[in-house]
This record gives sequence, structure tokens and C-alpha cells, in this order.
Amino acid sequence: MTPSSKQPYRAKSHGALNHARTVRFTFDGKPYEGLEGDTLASALLANGVHLMGRSFKYHRPRGVMSAGVEEPSALIGISRDKSNSGARVQPNVRASVQEIYDGMNAVSQNRFPSLNFDLGAVNSLLAPFFAAGFYYKTFMWPRKAWDKVYEPFIRRAAGLGESPTETDPDRYANRFEHCDVLIIGGGAAGLMAAKTAAAKKQRIILCDENPSLGGWLLADSDVTIDGKSGTQWVKDTVAELQANENVRLLTRTTGFGYFQQNMVGLVERVTDHLAQPDMDLPRERMWQVRADKVVIAQGAIERHLVFADNDRPGIVLAGAAQKWLNQFGVTVGNNVGVFTACDTAYAAAFDLYEAGTHIAVIVDQRATVDQALLEQANELGIRVMPNAGVVGVTGKLRINGIKVKTASGSEETIEVDALITSAGWTPSLHLYSQSRGKPIWDEASQRFLPGQSPQACVSIGACNGTNDLATTFAEAAKATGGRAPKLEIENDVSLAGGTIGMASESAETGKAFVDFQNDVTAKDIKLAVREGMHSIEHVKRYTTNGMATDQGKLSNMHGLSIAAKMLDKPVPEVGLTTFRAPYTPTTFGSFVAHARGTLFDPSRKTPIHEWAQENGAEFEPVSLWQRAWYFPRPGEDMHEAVDRECRTVRTSAGVFDASTLGKIEVVGPDAAAFMNIMYTNGWDKLKPGRAKYGIMCREDGFIYDDGVVGKLSDTRFHVTTTTGGAPRVLNHMEDYLQTEFPDMQVWLTSTTEQWATIAVQGPKAREIIQPLVTGADISAEKFPHMSVVECQVCGVPARLFRISFTGELGFEINVPADYGRAVWEAIWERAEPAGACAYGTETMHVLRAEKGYIIVGQDTDGTVTPHDAGLSWAVAKSKPDFVGKRGLQRPDLTASGRRQLVGLKTSDPKKVVQEGAQIVADPEQAIPMKMIGFVTSSYWSGTLERSIAMAVLEDGFARMGETLYIPMEDEVIEVEVEGTVFYDPSGEKING
Amino acid sequence: MLLIHCPYCKDDRPELEFSNAGEAHIVRPTNMSDISDTEFEAMFFMRDNPKGIALERWRHAHGCGRFFNVARNTVSDKFLKVYKAGEPRPSDAEIEELLK
Ligand SMILES: [Zn+2]
Repeated sequence: MTPSSKQPYRAKSHGALNHARTVRFTFDGKPYEGLEGDTLASALLANGVHLMGRSFKYHRPRGVMSAGVEEPSALIGISRDKSNSGARVQPNVRASVQEIYDGMNAVSQNRFPSLNFDLGAVNSLLAPFFAAGFYYKTFMWPRKAWDKVYEPFIRRAAGLGESPTETDPDRYANRFEHCDVLIIGGGAAGLMAAKTAAAKKQRIILCDENPSLGGWLLADSDVTIDGKSGTQWVKDTVAELQANENVRLLTRTTGFGYFQQNMVGLVERVTDHLAQPDMDLPRERMWQVRADKVVIAQGAIERHLVFADNDRPGIVLAGAAQKWLNQFGVTVGNNVGVFTACDTAYAAAFDLYEAGTHIAVIVDQRATVDQALLEQANELGIRVMPNAGVVGVTGKLRINGIKVKTASGSEETIEVDALITSAGWTPSLHLYSQSRGKPIWDEASQRFLPGQSPQACVSIGACNGTNDLATTFAEAAKATGGRAPKLEIENDVSLAGGTIGMASESAETGKAFVDFQNDVTAKDIKLAVREGMHSIEHVKRYTTNGMATDQGKLSNMHGLSIAAKMLDKPVPEVGLTTFRAPYTPTTFGSFVAHARGTLFDPSRKTPIHEWAQENGAEFEPVSLWQRAWYFPRPGEDMHEAVDRECRTVRTSAGVFDASTLGKIEVVGPDAAAFMNIMYTNGWDKLKPGRAKYGIMCREDGFIYDDGVVGKLSDTRFHVTTTTGGAPRVLNHMEDYLQTEFPDMQVWLTSTTEQWATIAVQGPKAREIIQPLVTGADISAEKFPHMSVVECQVCGVPARLFRISFTGELGFEINVPADYGRAVWEAIWERAEPAGACAYGTETMHVLRAEKGYIIVGQDTDGTVTPHDAGLSWAVAKSKPDFVGKRGLQRPDLTASGRRQLVGLKTSDPKKVVQEGAQIVADPEQAIPMKMIGFVTSSYWSGTLERSIAMAVLEDGFARMGETLYIPMEDEVIEVEVEGTVFYDPSGEKING
Repeated sequence: MLLIHCPYCKDDRPELEFSNAGEAHIVRPTNMSDISDTEFEAMFFMRDNPKGIALERWRHAHGCGRFFNVARNTVSDKFLKVYKAGEPRPSDAEIEELLK
């Protein structure tokens, strides 16, 4: 090989990349050149850079191990935006997956001040403190050390990489799709399955996490299929599939989650590989695919070998080295050693040899090695050491030699600049397991294999434990209903063989890593077992083996085997940890898609919303509604505005947008009978044209909702509910109507958004609206409190109520929503000159509290009965049945000591207590004090020039006049118990 | 996400359109006011929560709005039978059969 000056490890003779298409990028600020199609790892390797990161716990220097998503070590940060450095930063990107693009800015992680010299590496010296379970043991006591020592330490140590500091500016898309066959994995197995299914005219989606389809065939330079190279067969097959309109091919797309009924989540990375993405493109696209049949062709993941210092930069998986060479044209070194327990690493070694790399030695753990391999090695002059093991390495930032324990037991040091290793291949059971299929242990091959999934899916190829291409093709064809293809396959290398657990041990020097990302060594696993962790689930949590972002793709089987050996138990008895979604780290953005900011939830606005906006209202969210909160005048703060609004309503009048109140139309011959069941009140005697305050209970007797109900005719009720309660009240009604009283002739319709509701309240209310009303006499005599009439307001059909939630003379005008704003403005035109104001929800709250009107959900909490709330008058005694009647008779609900709704007045009238504050009888008692109730509503009442509050209090009705206490952090507030009606107790104002 | 068959719409619809409404076949007594505390407890509070077939109510809340009943295997989450409100509870023999 004649290395070019810029990319000395680029082999011109190998790889599929175009050497004319160079890409410039930086790593830790230093500029590099790679080729279009390179991953960050292959590009750095081409430049001779192995050191790519520092480990999590010990800050050990780490290189890249693998050429795929399983990468545990080479985690880097990518900053995709020069101008806006805090937003498009992504930590923990795997260098083995990330494609380079012009101008890419990559940084290593977990090091200070630099990758070559990291102060954190001092942790390595403290290694004894970091052994398995160290969190549990080290930070036990003293308790006081937590705040000052342990927590800051853990926080500094925890976490890999830097999080973005600003809101993600990118767009993410979401798509739903259906198909006959979903194939996950576009290697030999997936492509053959697609080819067969396509021939049967089925609708197919095939996805693969890599930028190009072909899987391992792209990395295998030897195999031929009917005389074609693997790469050529892939090219032809992909072209054939692309031409088929029933086939959708998705690359850079990971099947990350397998859910119920063959719903599979795919994430497609659309722009992360582009230097200047089209602004119209989303960064990622989430596909939710529902498939008749799922074909899992995820392949297998090569395991590393566990020996001392097996994490040194320059040590890589053999398959990765082969892929880098044959796909990217990159060699991992000039003088490479091999340490293996299976045949595939030989192919990698022979390929490297062919590319001009010197192969220093092949150390094979196995005593017997296939004769053909030995002969081939011999022909190439490569030394093979069977029945031997690598027991250590030299070199820290980069390996420079290996210590080999020979068959005879002696030790020999061999100079190398890289070491490729293989412990064999682990079938990827992730998606099969997520489909709720149980992995089955195969003793002969020492692997877990997929069995029968409860869902309509089938595993084929390497993820099914199939070791050769011919069988893989046959399985693939069969999976999609075809016959095994007759293909001539030559030079295929079997994936069989390998080892799990500790590979080779010498004296107890150096760390033999099982899990690279979480720095878990073989010693840690043994320690965990010695300390009593006998199930793999416990070992996993105690050591954190397999709990990093790679989810133990390399480490799980080794950890399991080491634990099993210690316990002297068969592997399946120690157990395999459950695979969970996502298969690989998946961005929050792809899940959230468009549902963020204003699109997170619908925002409901009334027809009068814009008027309120134009008139300076502040808004508050109430369930999904945006409600006008108060209308400050220039210079007013909230307190002043609310005070003024309250005063104006009480002395003149106020106009209030009540459109958000839930409204349900209850219609039919049995409407009254139905109302009798659903509400605690009696409805038979209510005459058309009259209205009533209704309480709805659940079967257990607790208040569920309330509202005024107008009876328009014997067969039609206009029911109102709380603003937030409308959907559940309708559901509750529908439930009883459909399932308990299906014979009742009643129809229920939600009319919340059909009506705009305008409340006009105050002494001047009638004079303001009277001229606008036609078709009804609303005089005090003809239209008393709690009346309803269908008439016209401003010529618009209206339902006019005379009701009051303020204690003042009041009307509520319902007009079709489209007329809401026009009618409001017509009313406002009369109200403003009369000295009235527009008021918001805060004033509404104060005014109702002054009158002791409850708000369900504020003064009640699901454990309050109508009796507790002082509303016994609204519970019919003579009705044979209603929902809640039986519940109200339960012993607990009739016993003494229930918390009852009372009013509270602070001894200091200026003191406003906090809502939610707890009440005690004796503030001097020892802590914990006995709490006898709590504050539910509390306001400053400008009208009364003092604070008012409501509370639920044990035996509250019997405590009138008692002095009680509210202990706060810095004071104790004295309160007196009284009734809940603070203002106009005789109720005269309601008549104006 | 589950696909649920609405027996009224006669169609498989996504889970998002439905809401669960608890155990099925709990009859509200016609003499509700007269039942004992024990009967009330059994009717209102006690639920089976079986491992295996659960008979439960669902509502096609964001569809036709109808309540209906299903037999769902709580282990596999599979809906093994869907039937209209008011139709009889599947017999024990039928439940045995569904579990196979
Ligand atoms: Zn339906």
C-alpha cells in the first residue's frame, strides 16, 4: 500500500467510495479529510486516528470498536449549526454510524482538558472505589455528606457528553403506513424476502438502518452468488425492488420498537448526513407501520473478547475491520494482530493481508482450527497460534504490542499497531423479544435464538441463528411464501463458533472489560455474584452491565456467561435480561414530531376571545380553554384591576364571557326521568321556563359536577356543566343512558361550542339588556330569579337565563356562537356608558366566593358529598333512586367527623391565607400536628375590605365561631370559623 | 398501539379513538336504594383484575360514541371477542375456548 499523505490508511484497491469526492471536517478542532460515504469512524481511521473518546467511569482512552450501531466507545458530540451553537448539538453520536459531511464539527466527550491528556483519568487510580455496587456502598453514610459531597460528585461524574442548551430548532415528521410485509433489515436475508414477496405482488416496506442496502454482503469481498460478487447481487436486487411500485425502501431507517398487533416504529434519519439540508425536509421522520406480517432480518452482532486491557485504542472487532476495508477502503493498521475464537476473523485477516497490511499473528483460542484456514494462512506466511490467548497489551493511547500466552503456557510479546478480535456472533433478538417472543437457549451453539413469536412475525438469517447464506436465502424465501431459490453460492464464511465469557486470563493485572460504555469489568461481575446477586437482572443493576446507551449489545452474553460460570448454573437459569424499545437511542424529537409549542394541545377560544384581546385582557388557561382573566386598565396591576371589577359589578354591572361553560342538551320523552337519575335534585316539579342548580354525584355519593339546568319544555333540558367537566359529564351520562337505562327515550348532545354565553351581572343588568331583548318580558315580576326563556337578543335567537353567580341581579344570554361577538358588542355599547365593566375569571371567582358558591374541583376534591358542601337542600329526599343515593347512605359518609365546607375569617383582616394551607386546633402541639382541614378558596375581598376564605374542616358545621390556626413557615395565622356566605347573607341583592 | 374492533362501526380502529370503561357485566341493581353495604361494596368497589381473560367495557369515544364489551387477554393484550352492550356474558366454556 502506498498511503496518500492525507489519508495514510486509505487502501486504493479496496472499498466502494469515490476517491475524487473528498469531504472536509474537524475533530476536536483539527481539520481532516475523508471521502463521501465515510462514517466519522472510517474517516478518522483513514487518517490513522483510533483514539476517539474517554470512558465514562475511569476516563480510559477509547477507540472505535465496531462499524455499526452497537458501538459502545466512540461516542462523540456533533454540532450541526455554526451560528447557533447551543441548539443543534447532539451528544453521544456513534462515530461508527454518523456519516461525515463538508464542514462537520465533531468533538470528543468526557475529557478535560484534551483527549490525549485527561485529568479525569485520575479516576483510574481510584478504581477500587468504583467496583460493582460502588454507588450503593460508598454513598451510604453519613447522611449529611449527601448534599455537600456525594451528590455533587455523582452529578459531575454522571452523564456522557453535553446536552443542547437551546430549544431544538429542527422539524420532525410523523407518518402512518400499512403494508402486507414489513421487512426490518436490508441485508441478504431482508433483500431475498423482499424479492420473493414482491414477486407475489404484496405491498412491502423494507427498512435498513444503514445508508445503503446490502448488509454484510457489502463487506464480504469473497462470496459469490451465481458467479456474481455479493455487491453486484445487492445492486441488481435493489434495482429490481426499486422498480417495483409495491415496494418502499427506507434507508437510514431503524426499526426501533415492536408494539402490539404488528405495529412497528421506524425512525428515518433524513438530514443528519447532509451538509446543507433542504429547509423543507424534516430532520427525522417517525413511521408507525402496521403490517400483516413482519419479517425480522436484523442480522447478528459480533462480540469482542474479554481479556486484560481489551479496551485500548487500536483494538477493534474483526468484522468491523473487514467492513472498513471492503466498504470504505480503510485499513485499521499497518501491522495487525488477530485474536479470535471463530473463523470469520480469518477472512478479515486475509482481506487485510491482500490490501497490503502485515498480519503479525493470528492468536486462536481454539485448540483445533479448520485445516483449510491453517493452510491458507501458511500460504500467505501468516503465523497462527492455536490454543493460545492474548492476556494483555502494551500501549495506552494506542496499542503497540500484545502479550500472548502460548499453547505451552509461556508468554510472548508481539509488536502490533492494531488488534482485531472476534468472539463470534450474537443473533439480534431485540425486535423478536419486543414482540413478546421468548428467546430460547441453544446449548450446542451457546446462543439464545428466537422461537415462535405470539405476533405475526418471523426471524430469518443471522438473527435467527442461521450461519450461512444458502440457508438464509431459503429461510427468507419461505418467510414470504416462496420456494428456496436455486443459487450457486461460493466462498461463504460461516458465522458459527465463538466463545462467551472470559477469553483468557493471566495474573490479575489490567481490566478485562465486559461493558465498555459503563466500564464494567469481568471482575465486577464476579464481585456482584460473590456479593449475592444471583439473577442476571440483579447483576445487571448492581454492576450497570448492559445499562448504557448501547444496551449491552456487545456485553450481555459475556456478562451472563461469567455470572453463570461463577454460579455453576446453566446460562438460561441465570436468565437473559429483557429487550425493550428503543433498539438504538431515538430522539425525543421524532416522538414529539409536530406536537410542541402551540401544537402540543389544541387551544380553545370563545367567539369573544378576540374582543377580550383587543381590550387588553390577560388570559388564563382553564382546561384547554383560554379565558379572559382580568381586564387591567393602564397602570393597574392585577390586584387593582380585580378590585375595580368587583366593585363595578356590585355597584353598577359587569359583562362576563361565560361561553366556556359546558352545555349538554338533554332531549326526549324521558328527559326528566333521566335527569332524576343523573342529578341529586328532583326535576319532576320544575316547570318549563324555570331553572335549577343541579348537583351530579358519582355512585359513591361524592360530588362529580354541578351547574344550572334550564327546563325549556317537558322534553328538553339545557344543562350546563363546569368548564373543565363537560366531556366527562357527557361520558358519564352516556354511560348510564346506554348501559343502565337503554330503554329510556333520551338523546344527549354536546352544545358547548354552539352557544356563546354572555353573563350580565349587577344592579344595572336589566336596564342594560332590556332594550336588546325581544319576544320575552324580562321584568322582575314576569322573569324572576332562576328563569329561562327562548327569545331574541339583538334579533338573534337566544336562550336567556336569569341566574347569578355573583349574588347580584344577573342574566346569562346564550346566542348561536357565530353571533357571539356581535351580541357582546351590542351589550357592551350599552354597558360601558352605564358605568359597567368587562370582567374576567378572577373577579368571577372573588364574587362567587363572597357568596359562598362552590367551584367543583376547587372546593371539592372527589371526597366531598353534597351534605359536606352544605348543599343538602339540593338532594331530593323523596326520589326512589339517583346516582349517588345509595352511596350517600354508606356509614362513613353519614358518620360524624366528616370534613365540611365552612367559611374562614382571619383575625387580621389584611392577611390572605394560602389555598391548600392546613388547619390545626392547637398550634402549640408537637409536630407532626393533627391537621383537621385545609383551605380550598382564599381571596382578598375589595367589597368587604378584608380577606375571605373557604375550607373543608372536620365537623366544620359544629365549629361556628371557633378560633383555629394555620401554621405557615414563618408565622401562625389565626382564623375564625363561620358560614360561607360573606356578602349579602339575606340574598336581597339577587333581585337588583 | 392496539387496533380495536368496534362492533357498531364494524371496523378496526386505532386505540386512540377508544376509552376503557372498566369491568363489564356489573349490573346496577334496580333496587339500588335497598341493597346492603356489602352488596354496594361488591358492586362498586370490588373488581376482578384477572390474569387471563378480562371482560371489560370500552367506548368508541372518538367515533360512534357507543359503549361495548370485550374479552381481552390481559397477558397478551389481545382482544379475543368484541360484543355489543346488552349481549350476554360469554359462558365459562366459551372463555376457556378463547384462552386456547
Ligand atoms: Zn364505533
